[in-house]
Amino acid sequence: MTTDDPGRPAPRTAPVQAPTTAYEPPAEPADRSADASAQSPAAPPDAVTCRALHYAFGETKAVDGVDLSVRPGEVFGLLGPNGAGKTTAIRCITTLLPVPAGMVRVFGHDAARERMAVRRLLGYVPQQLSADAGLTGRENVELFARVFDVSRRERAARVAQALEAVNLTEAANRLAKTYSGGMIRRLELAQALVSAPRLLMLDEPTIGLDPIARTTVWEHINAVRAATGMTVLVTTHYMDEAEQYCDRVALMHRGRIRALGTPNELRSALRARRARAALAPTAPHTSPASPPFPSTPRPSPAAPAPTPPFSSSAPSPSTPPSTPPSTTLSSPPSSDAEPTLEDVFRDVAGSGLDEQSGDFRDVRSTRRTASRVG
Amino acid sequence: MSEAPAAPHPVSAEPTAAAGHLDLLLLPPRARTGWRVLPARVVAMCMVELQKLRHDRTELYTRAVQPALWLLIFGETFTRIKAIPTGGTPYIDYLAPGIIAQSAMFIAIFYGIMIIWERDAGILTKLLVTPTPRSALIAGKAFAAGVKALLQAVVVIVIAALLGVAMTWNPLRLLGVVVAVILGSAFFSCLSMTIAGIVLTRDRLMGIGQAITMPLFFASNALYPVAVMPGWLQAVSKGNPLSYQVDALRGLLLGTPSHLGLDFAVLTGAAVLGIAAASSLLGRLAR
Repeated sequence: MTTDDPGRPAPRTAPVQAPTTAYEPPAEPADRSADASAQSPAAPPDAVTCRALHYAFGETKAVDGVDLSVRPGEVFGLLGPNGAGKTTAIRCITTLLPVPAGMVRVFGHDAARERMAVRRLLGYVPQQLSADAGLTGRENVELFARVFDVSRRERAARVAQALEAVNLTEAANRLAKTYSGGMIRRLELAQALVSAPRLLMLDEPTIGLDPIARTTVWEHINAVRAATGMTVLVTTHYMDEAEQYCDRVALMHRGRIRALGTPNELRSALRARRARAALAPTAPHTSPASPPFPSTPRPSPAAPAPTPPFSSSAPSPSTPPSTPPSTTLSSPPSSDAEPTLEDVFRDVAGSGLDEQSGDFRDVRSTRRTASRVG
Repeated sequence: MSEAPAAPHPVSAEPTAAAGHLDLLLLPPRARTGWRVLPARVVAMCMVELQKLRHDRTELYTRAVQPALWLLIFGETFTRIKAIPTGGTPYIDYLAPGIIAQSAMFIAIFYGIMIIWERDAGILTKLLVTPTPRSALIAGKAFAAGVKALLQAVVVIVIAALLGVAMTWNPLRLLGVVVAVILGSAFFSCLSMTIAGIVLTRDRLMGIGQAITMPLFFASNALYPVAVMPGWLQAVSKGNPLSYQVDALRGLLLGTPSHLGLDFAVLTGAAVLGIAAASSLLGRLAR
């Protein structure tokens, strides 16, 4: 079932087989790579192209074969829980990490070999609140104007425009340490914008912000994109944001992309799968080949019930290790309701969503960010 | 890039951002190339340091306390005791260049901690995604440390002058002092950033920083001439860039016999080596 591709009309002839193929690589990336390699030389290159990207920290495979293409001008969301490999993938694309295996291109430039060329095309906002607290807002932006070689003649005007774009003109001469979390995020956006990037990369841009600040940050991202036509690649674990603001999303889990498409495509594909599953007899359960797992969604007393990474509407069953939950397991409470992106994610991610949702360091850095935001 | 966004977009409310006149944000700036990159980045980093100091000078003042005490208590006392053979110059005069070098070194040694802090805060990460080669970034940080140390040196020179130390006011010699302070600080900040690239955490670096500053200080000619040291310590002192920095400062400020050519050669070489070592280890900090 992980291989179901929302983009194609008839992904499988026999849905009965689906649950037994646990972690088969998604068919869709291969599909996309075929059409990208066939692209004519006249066609503009994709904003980001990853082919078979792998990255491992020692034994841990953070990114385990990612293929994706971000089209110029779109807002592309990379979604997944903590520890899914989103940040590592982003760091490979930004040239912060080497590309040990696979290929990464940004507007046709190889991220491993043409680092400077790639960096000139990028505006990057990391997960942490990274403005320098000891400088004013304007000075923070000026620094990035300088390191991107904005000429002295243009610098003041360009910095002013970047600050204007994120509505920080009035606060520009205050020290960044007096800013709220949302203001710092906007300041970082201005820092990224001052060099006129073609690709804006935002790593968890709204993490730890209050709902109003989240909306404001997104509105500025959208307004700037509308005005400049730049491509936006954003990672988030807020499914609602992705649903609302992203043109296309990729759902990432355990270093792999499990589904890719517009939020609507993904939702309707899940609806179709559920409809098929409802029609089909409960074959996987009676099949002797299927792995044993509890067939009734009874609440397990043994489960310590850690908070799932996404506040869940449908209660997740106790997670049997490495058995993909059948749609019949998770869907009954909401099968007739419109599925959300979160349901899609639960569906494609399979098991292990609650455990292993980010290692200690990851959670700690998230908490640190959250506490800095206040 | 100039084409319209791919699809109409669900904006929850009316866009509050004034995205009206963003014409400059559509034009990528013209890239500097070749040798011009390095000085531009060094200037950018030094500007940041100066701007920070303009907003908050507390560190400059608090860091003046220790050198003032060294000069006032240690200097005045040992001037009276006359225990250290300084070749005729009053001991407090002899000590002043040593204390300038020491306070500059203490500032520079702090830089490794700062770069780890910047890594944790995401500032370093973001700078590494700009078109700045790692060596240029490290050189920028190193010279920024030099600029900060220079301001500190001015404070110490003023204190020394108030205590009656007879120093030169020859502008050429003072220019030499500026260069010596900047080169020395560049080396020590790179030493610190190199260690930061090895140990990777602030706590460990703090311990190591404490452990190496005093030996560097005592195993140099900052407090006493190399001639009074035991043989093994003389050898250590000969390998210690701080000794060359102090020698240069003493020669320039007081006019005592010194080896300016050798001093500046060693300081330049040490700074270049330090920048190379620190930039080769910067990648470890970034991941």
